[in-house]
Amino acid sequence: MRLAIRNARLIDPATGRDGAGDLYIADGKISAEAGRVDRTIDAKGLVVCPGFVDIAARLREPGFEYKATLESEMEAAVAGGVTSLACPPDTDPPLDEPGLVDMLRRRAKALSRARVYPIGALTVKLEGERLTEMAQLAEAGCVAFSQANAPIADTQVLWRALQYAATFGFRVWLRPEDAWLRKGGVAHDGEVATRLGLPGIPSFAETIALASALELVRATGARVHFCRLSTAGAVGMIRVAKREGLAVTCDVAIHHLHLCELDLGYFDSNCRLDPPLRSQRDRDALARGLEEGVIDCVCSDHTPVDDDGKHLPFAEAEPGATGLELLLPLTLKWGEARKLPLAKSLARITSSAAEVLGVTTGRLAPGAPADVTVFDPNATFRVSPQTLRSQGKHTPFTGYELAGRVRYTIVDGNVVYEG
Amino acid sequence: MQRNPQLNEKGELQHLLSIEGLPREILMQILRTAESFVGVTEREVKKVPLLRGKSVFNLFFEPSTRTRTTFEIAAKRLSADVINLNIAVSSQTKGESLLDTVANLSAMQADIFVVRHASSGAPFLIASHVKPHEHVVNAGDGRHAHPTQGLLDLYTIRHYKQDFSRLTVAIIGDVLHSRVARSLIHGLTTLGTPEVRVIAPQTLLPAGVEALGVKVFHDMREGLRDCDAIVMLRLQSERMKGALLPSAQEYFKNYGLTSEKLALAKSDAIVMHPGPMNRGVEIDSSVADGPHSVILPQVTFGIAVRMAVMSMVAG
Repeated sequence: MRLAIRNARLIDPATGRDGAGDLYIADGKISAEAGRVDRTIDAKGLVVCPGFVDIAARLREPGFEYKATLESEMEAAVAGGVTSLACPPDTDPPLDEPGLVDMLRRRAKALSRARVYPIGALTVKLEGERLTEMAQLAEAGCVAFSQANAPIADTQVLWRALQYAATFGFRVWLRPEDAWLRKGGVAHDGEVATRLGLPGIPSFAETIALASALELVRATGARVHFCRLSTAGAVGMIRVAKREGLAVTCDVAIHHLHLCELDLGYFDSNCRLDPPLRSQRDRDALARGLEEGVIDCVCSDHTPVDDDGKHLPFAEAEPGATGLELLLPLTLKWGEARKLPLAKSLARITSSAAEVLGVTTGRLAPGAPADVTVFDPNATFRVSPQTLRSQGKHTPFTGYELAGRVRYTIVDGNVVYEG
Repeated sequence: MQRNPQLNEKGELQHLLSIEGLPREILMQILRTAESFVGVTEREVKKVPLLRGKSVFNLFFEPSTRTRTTFEIAAKRLSADVINLNIAVSSQTKGESLLDTVANLSAMQADIFVVRHASSGAPFLIASHVKPHEHVVNAGDGRHAHPTQGLLDLYTIRHYKQDFSRLTVAIIGDVLHSRVARSLIHGLTTLGTPEVRVIAPQTLLPAGVEALGVKVFHDMREGLRDCDAIVMLRLQSERMKGALLPSAQEYFKNYGLTSEKLALAKSDAIVMHPGPMNRGVEIDSSVADGPHSVILPQVTFGIAVRMAVMSMVAG
């Protein structure tokens, strides 16, 4: 299959290129020449850029098929222009055995939609006690190891896990949160939680865990990526750590870029998220940190939750929101609010995200894998359960009018979505 | 932000979910209506026909005898039919969801749901799913709100002190876990009380409590000085199991209300307690039974206030 995309606005965030041009695809790769063409896509008025890399999207398999299936979520991914995604290990059972990882990858591959990169469990059953067989999990296809939302309470276990991972050069992804300080909490420990009478999770649940983890990175030399920062304090600590030369990276979820504790309104369970939505000051620090590159990339933290999990009082509701199809529009919204060039905004969901994940996609260079997304930056849509393909219909952005609609998604040279 | 879910399009009370966000005029209307019902409760025939033919469902997802009983009495005095459901021990343990339970009861033609639930916000969830002619009255949700208790506290203070605009009110004890405290604070600030104090150790105060419009004191003697009304909060014994407090004895020593500490307040100060009291933990018997105590009148006023609320939402 040879493809030509003509009249496009080509944006390659990796090089900063942004200009009119044509893009050619041959044999699953970006090509320098047109050659004989099987299909031509007219991309007049559209942006052509690398396919998006979402480093946190839960597909809910195995174990939670009643919330979502690989079929539904892979459709959602490509509809959102996401061509590569990493899935956290908090499935049931968790991704702590090579067989499970292998099966997940095969199932995903057979659907030939987005590329799926499983994140293996760092400890058995995510219980924070015994290390998983990381080498075998890596062989099965795990690109990194994490605890998802289950922090390791025992600092000695965390130390050993980082030592062991460092020995083999495995990447470790940690969401910094102190297991004890977060206990029982469901919302940011601030004015809103106080008013609503919700048990709080203090900001220092994040910064204390981050401080410990940074010390352990210094001690072990492990390659650590910090997930879903939610506090201004954490952004400041990462800024200092990077300046010091520590090889750490971090991300933020789309929700935390745009929302804060005030959005809980009258107990909106769609805003029940892990980590919790924090103060306006935190949100602004995250948005600035992402612009400055202190935060490397933004992810959807896509978590399909069914109605039964959300139609509950706030504290009992299951945390999480759907997000794969909102990654682009919400990244654009952030970039627009901060008056960034499009290439810079898109870098946070393409080249920078690919670097965190350690993959070669996320760029338009000749010879690179032909994962490409074509979107209309001006077309708008209203977020509603009907407009979302994901089986997860719950998001705090329901009712928002957002700009940025995907027209074509191309994975490995094949058009897998047309909208 | 969505419209205040407690008010209908005309700005009238549709549900009573929280004192927060209610306009001063509605609070005053409730207090005045309650005043007219106090007379009823003292008559020989203690009934008015305002809710005749209507059904009040007492939905208690958390056990309570006192609050449920006062709601029941209030509804009966309004001539409503009352159905008590102690759901803590029935359908919830069988796995039925909160909204399914409500939908089923709604099919039995309910007019008012009086809801108590251990989770903050549960009555809001129910209110957003009931039919337009059905009304929800919050009888206590988690740590969030206990609006009828707050209103009866306001009623009591107004009864003894008349004008809120010159009062100093102290709320003492476990504010962190207290829905009573939150409701009363909102009520007092809405009605223009110039000084609302909370007195407690740091471990029993929620983050940023000052943002509710209160002044924080850790020293009880300092906080009691020149107070017109003192509201003691119940301290549950389970608070001593964690790391919040070392012991009931030490708590009483620092934050228990004794005659000696009470003497620091104004000489005509009133002492209130939402009940049930822990004598010797938060309050000394000499104070609970003493001349400053208005704890039993609170209970009487509570019935009138609940009558007022139910008649206003469904009358």
